[in-house]
Amino acid sequence: MSRFKDAEHLLRLAAVFALGAVVLVVARAILVPKSFGEYGHYRGNAIAEIAAQPVKFAGHQACEACHADVATVKSKGMHVSVNCEACHGALASHADDPTGVQPPKLDTAVLCVRCHEVNGAQPKDFPQIVAKDHSAGVSCETCHQPHSPLIETGAKQ
Amino acid sequence: MNLTRRQLLLLLPAAAVAWESVLAGTPEASPNYKMTEHWWGMLIDISKCIGCGNCVRACATENDVPEGYFRTWVERYDVSDDDLVNPAVDSPDGGKEGFPLIQRGGKNFFVPKMCNHCADSPCTQVCPVGATFITPDGVVLVDKKYCLGCRYCIQACPYGCRFLNPKTNTAEKCTLCYHRITKGLTTACCENCPTGARQLADLKNPKDPIHAFLRTHDVQVLKPYLATGAKVFYNDLDGSVR
Amino acid sequence: MVQGYMYPNEIELAWSILIVLYPFITGLVAGAFILASLERVFRVEAVKPTYRLALLTALAFLLVAPMPLQLHLGHPERSFEMYLTPHRTSAMAMFGFVYLWYLLAVLLLEIWLDYRRDIVLLSQQTTGWRRLIYRVLTLGSSNISENALYIDERAGYIITVIGIPSAFLLHGYVGFIFGSVKANPWWSSPMMPVVFLFSAMVSGIAVVLLLYMFSSWYRKQTVDMRCVDTIARYMFYTFIIDFSLEMLDLVHRIYEADESFRSLDFMVHTKLYFSQIVLQIYIGTLTPLALLALTQLFKIGEKARKRIYSVAGSLTLIGIFAMRWNVVIGGQLFSKSFLGYTTYKIGFVAKEGLLPAIALMLLPLAILWVLVKLLPPWPDRKPLAREDRVLVHGD
Repeated sequence: MSRFKDAEHLLRLAAVFALGAVVLVVARAILVPKSFGEYGHYRGNAIAEIAAQPVKFAGHQACEACHADVATVKSKGMHVSVNCEACHGALASHADDPTGVQPPKLDTAVLCVRCHEVNGAQPKDFPQIVAKDHSAGVSCETCHQPHSPLIETGAKQ
Repeated sequence: MNLTRRQLLLLLPAAAVAWESVLAGTPEASPNYKMTEHWWGMLIDISKCIGCGNCVRACATENDVPEGYFRTWVERYDVSDDDLVNPAVDSPDGGKEGFPLIQRGGKNFFVPKMCNHCADSPCTQVCPVGATFITPDGVVLVDKKYCLGCRYCIQACPYGCRFLNPKTNTAEKCTLCYHRITKGLTTACCENCPTGARQLADLKNPKDPIHAFLRTHDVQVLKPYLATGAKVFYNDLDGSVR
Repeated sequence: MVQGYMYPNEIELAWSILIVLYPFITGLVAGAFILASLERVFRVEAVKPTYRLALLTALAFLLVAPMPLQLHLGHPERSFEMYLTPHRTSAMAMFGFVYLWYLLAVLLLEIWLDYRRDIVLLSQQTTGWRRLIYRVLTLGSSNISENALYIDERAGYIITVIGIPSAFLLHGYVGFIFGSVKANPWWSSPMMPVVFLFSAMVSGIAVVLLLYMFSSWYRKQTVDMRCVDTIARYMFYTFIIDFSLEMLDLVHRIYEADESFRSLDFMVHTKLYFSQIVLQIYIGTLTPLALLALTQLFKIGEKARKRIYSVAGSLTLIGIFAMRWNVVIGGQLFSKSFLGYTTYKIGFVAKEGLLPAIALMLLPLAILWVLVKLLPPWPDRKPLAREDRVLVHGD
């Protein structure tokens, strides 16, 4: 009995700790997001939130839905694997609203050299030129049709 | 392109419907996308990369990547044959505006880099709260509403693909354009690569060309000795690549 | 700014001086506690004068330890997530619990049990807000009978016994947070927790030594030479072990010379030369070891010994801080491609700048000042007298 009295302060301390533990358990129940643990140790809803990010590049299938004629020209040329937005830029907004959003006009002087100006490390079979020697200021589409650029097969009209 | 107004009037609604169904392909919204049916990776073909930087620009546009940080970047290697182990490497602004001409004597090639979406990723292992994780379909993502910004994952990634976004103060990296691939589109970088050097791969899809490719080509992953289970496969990767 | 090639996202350092501060502070905690446990568990009577001071020092630094982390986080308001959804594979998450355990179940408990008699008496003898503080600390019990105090002593002993491996865990875990990162060859090593722990012990012992000598001087009390000689001896032995471990790591790296070696070696000889070779090794380790060796080998007068201990202790603290700097900052100065190096740009009045770092290093001293006023640890102070009437619990 007296031993209990003399250890009573330890019991009071234990009670404080127990209270703390209860607070932690209650806090967990309230604060842990409901979808946590659905698929693994993370908030399950995060997957859907990330997947809902808006798309900026429509993807070439969307372009080809309307522009099938260009797709046909391209499919016969060297740029067959170059997708539309690789040159025309992100155009999901245009696919969403084709008449309202017009794609910007492209400047071949800037555009073509991005790939074709020699930089010393391109694969040997890739067509590379030194622009100032090759065309000396003449814009690329003067001789090359961008959708089918090889001069023999896709000459500009 | 010469569409008559009549043709446009017919095509527009069709295109709109097609686009809407593409947009609807979110995991819950579309009954067609089931996470357990996919296991995403990527194939990067070094022999095809021309260092144009289209992928870096496209990624930055698609994902609002802040200036000076990179979810993907391209490195240019110069390997001299008397020192195969110490290449000269450069990546001006991550290769975003392409590469200036340099004439060096050695073997030159480009190596696009990105998050490897490791199956045994060291970055998800160290996250103290579960803010970064691998989805059931194999994509390593960051929950920016839960991330503390402690940067432990940035330290733990052996490939240097993570950074702290200064606007959100959370860790960020390539998401394999999760918002696109779950809708049947390909990633922004693959869509814009003019040579097909980057190809999205679905390892669980038996019809995906990756399977035939892996059987007929010599591929490697980066830093295989770290056993990260990296799922970005490189074709024609030189031993000097770091 | 960048020499050679760095992956673009590596150029800016992710972990700043605040992350250097954190292992330094927790190291002081672990070391101070282990010094205190020398008396309590290992019965080294000689260091008893510093027992209470060591505990209060540990508490003052432990309370400040999470602050550099909070300042560093991108979202400090979410830091409680570590307690709600701790990721069991993350050393950092588990450390949150080790910290909590150590603070609540070890340090606060031990201090409370050792001071309880004084707390109860002070709650009866003081007035005003001080009385309120002491009354809260008594948890409502004012039983300081022989039996109760005996129970306290036994409980305190058990807590200290548990506390020693807890202190090892506290700082060993910090070492493991770095040592388990396979991506970083400067950090990745099974030796890391051990090296961190021994250097923590050295720094903790040094800080208690310095604080004891300083407070004795300030309060115009004589320094117990037997006490400081013993402390210095333990510091000397621990430092030898620590230095040997670090040299082992170095020799191993040089001998095996794996793919990271060339890059790291270059870094140590250039970017890290001042902080590693000069500050950590020459000034921060070899000099204090030599000074302490002098006191062990030769008979030196009391005044000279005190001066040597002060200098050795101060240099030791600088050396151990430099070690944390070299680990944290050094680990981020080289590229994981092993082809380049970057520079650490530290601001002054910035969230993670030099000014907050200095403030956070001074704050524990301010807290300690409050603690020693509240719970005087001085061995020369007359023990509080009990009142005549027998006190029962509940008052």
